[in-house]
Amino acid sequence: MAAPEKEMLRQTQLELKGDELLVVEDLQKYFPVTRGIIFQKEVASVKAVDGVSFAVREGETLGVVGESGCGKSTMARCIMKLLEPTAGSIKFRGQDITKLSRAEMRPFRREMMMIFQDPYASLNPRKRVGFIVAEALQVHKLGTEAEIKRRVQELLEVVGLNPEHYNRFPHEFSGGQRQRIGVARALAVNPKLIVCDEPVSALDVSVQAQILNLLKDLQRDFGLTYIFIAHDLNVVRHISDRVMVMYLGQVSETADRNDLYKEPKHPYTGALLSAVPVPDPTVGRHRKRIVLEGDVPSPINPPSGCRFHPRCPRFVEGHCDVEEPALIHRGGAVGHTAKCHYPLERWPMTEEEMARPGVASTAAETA
Amino acid sequence: MALLEVTDLKTYFRTDDGVVRAVDGVSFSVDKGQTLGIVGESGSGKSVTCLTIMGLNPKRTAMSSGTAMWKGEDLLTATPKRLREIRGSEIAMIFQDPMTSLNPVHKIGAQLAEAMRLHEDVSKKTARARALELLKAVGIPRAERRLDDYPHQFSGGMRQRVMIAMSLINNPDLLIADEPTTALDVTTQAQILTLIEKLQEEFGSAVIMITHDLGVVAEIADDVVVMYAAEVAEKGGVEQIFKKPHHPYTWGLMGSLPRLDADVERLVQIQGQPPSMLRPPTGCRFHPRCPYVMPICKEVDPALAPVSDDPGHLQSCHLDEETKNREAAKLLAGMMAEAS
Repeated sequence: MAAPEKEMLRQTQLELKGDELLVVEDLQKYFPVTRGIIFQKEVASVKAVDGVSFAVREGETLGVVGESGCGKSTMARCIMKLLEPTAGSIKFRGQDITKLSRAEMRPFRREMMMIFQDPYASLNPRKRVGFIVAEALQVHKLGTEAEIKRRVQELLEVVGLNPEHYNRFPHEFSGGQRQRIGVARALAVNPKLIVCDEPVSALDVSVQAQILNLLKDLQRDFGLTYIFIAHDLNVVRHISDRVMVMYLGQVSETADRNDLYKEPKHPYTGALLSAVPVPDPTVGRHRKRIVLEGDVPSPINPPSGCRFHPRCPRFVEGHCDVEEPALIHRGGAVGHTAKCHYPLERWPMTEEEMARPGVASTAAETA
Repeated sequence: MALLEVTDLKTYFRTDDGVVRAVDGVSFSVDKGQTLGIVGESGSGKSVTCLTIMGLNPKRTAMSSGTAMWKGEDLLTATPKRLREIRGSEIAMIFQDPMTSLNPVHKIGAQLAEAMRLHEDVSKKTARARALELLKAVGIPRAERRLDDYPHQFSGGMRQRVMIAMSLINNPDLLIADEPTTALDVTTQAQILTLIEKLQEEFGSAVIMITHDLGVVAEIADDVVVMYAAEVAEKGGVEQIFKKPHHPYTWGLMGSLPRLDADVERLVQIQGQPPSMLRPPTGCRFHPRCPYVMPICKEVDPALAPVSDDPGHLQSCHLDEETKNREAAKLLAGMMAEAS
């Protein structure tokens, strides 16, 4: 695609209203694949994130879903500047933070925090809980020793832990409690934005419900903004205001939560939704799953045209594998965009209907 | 007669801190062609139950009692030799983590053929042909070439398919699947569940599906056992459990699920953490977390009793039936209201 065309696309994608906390434009992260021991020659690159644009408004929750390997975690790490993006820009409160040095980044680090997936690996086993939660406060020199201690105890209470557990080690806690420690640590410096990378995937359903409720309460009480990454569509639906679906390093669909779940436009979103098991035997058994063939292709050598075409049930030869679709407005709702030449006409759809683009809509019209 | 009949199964582990009661009096049965779902949180004893049946617990620390009658033969007292004959041929198991349950230094084809040649006197060639046939059956593309690949060359979903192929190579009568889809994406999970259903239809095997995902259970199980703290909290047919749940723990599990088809502002959460099985709570083991707790719950462990007017549905809770029917109806009505 020619460069000016791409430029245009990007501008049509993001309709900014001015109240965005975070604006990410055309973010790319390529990891080099090298050969050779001394002279490392770059032979290819893994296009983990390849042109992702989105905006997050203050106080909202943006859910990010996609299969493993779709680049959602890499994207999160780029936003946090834990990884240096290859190209693109990240603006936080209108200020470009993409090229900032570590020192210049420091004031922003107070504003954005992260909660990690694995509560077993993300807490230092040799440090006491009090230290883990207080570390950010000490780094940013927020208060005296006594003030920090008081603040930490207050935080532990906020996340539903006993403040007297201040001197315990992480191994003395269960998975759910550890994730609470992770939440307390993220909250310590009063951030605006919290990036949650699969925060509940490693937890049991009952504990998962506790953490989800906690995150919702904290958002209400402290006016937090979340970017919530998960592969569980039920969880994302529960917590998000808007949802972004990623596939192979790109955004395939974004929409308000209800629009996305009631009227998905991208066949990939449709397939994801139909794959979720329904905890109701009468509904679940008689429903036909749309089963995608194969695995996510390699991001080193992504498929031509639309990246989803080798697995897509409505693949049209000569179009989808040649021309890359743009992420443009689809469907009736405001802010609903999909990256597909043949968006779904309605939902739910059977696999047969899905395989014949255009047919369902004409059938519906004649009926 | 049931294919597998487990009665009052108990497994205790000796540890430095004391005796852990991992399974404490569990009974269930599986018939031919049937799917039994075992649900519960981590640590509720669902995996240990199956490992005990398969005789895979560490001998030095594990103590088991009760019976597990397999076609009229007690697996708990069977000799190691006899167990080896049964494992992998009559009863096969799929483990949770496909990353660690394949040998990384052997080719897939060799591992599959080994599973067959251990139990049947066939040539390497026949075994390899059978391995190929199964890889095709579980939907691995270009199966001929992939026989000579190593496990690291497969993705997670593909490895899980190899595990399924391996477990089916001797046409087992019972397939025990221990969280076979937990580590996988929803799309891959759908592929694997469809595959297990299809293979079950084809070979008529019975399946025990261990999972913590109520969605998976609702979709493929015929009977459900809900386990809590090493005991059976409730069991019955899948319709009975989902349409008329009778135990506060089951209510909690159902309420804590965020759903695609319902809007809930706050999830119902079960307070607290599952108890330590070193010192399980007195009386009903769920009482410290139960919102309906009564004085009797702290004293007397409720027995697994049948629900009246609902044959085959068993539950262990002291609450009176009227309250339970009312609460269950309220829970389901709430879900319906939100769905519409």
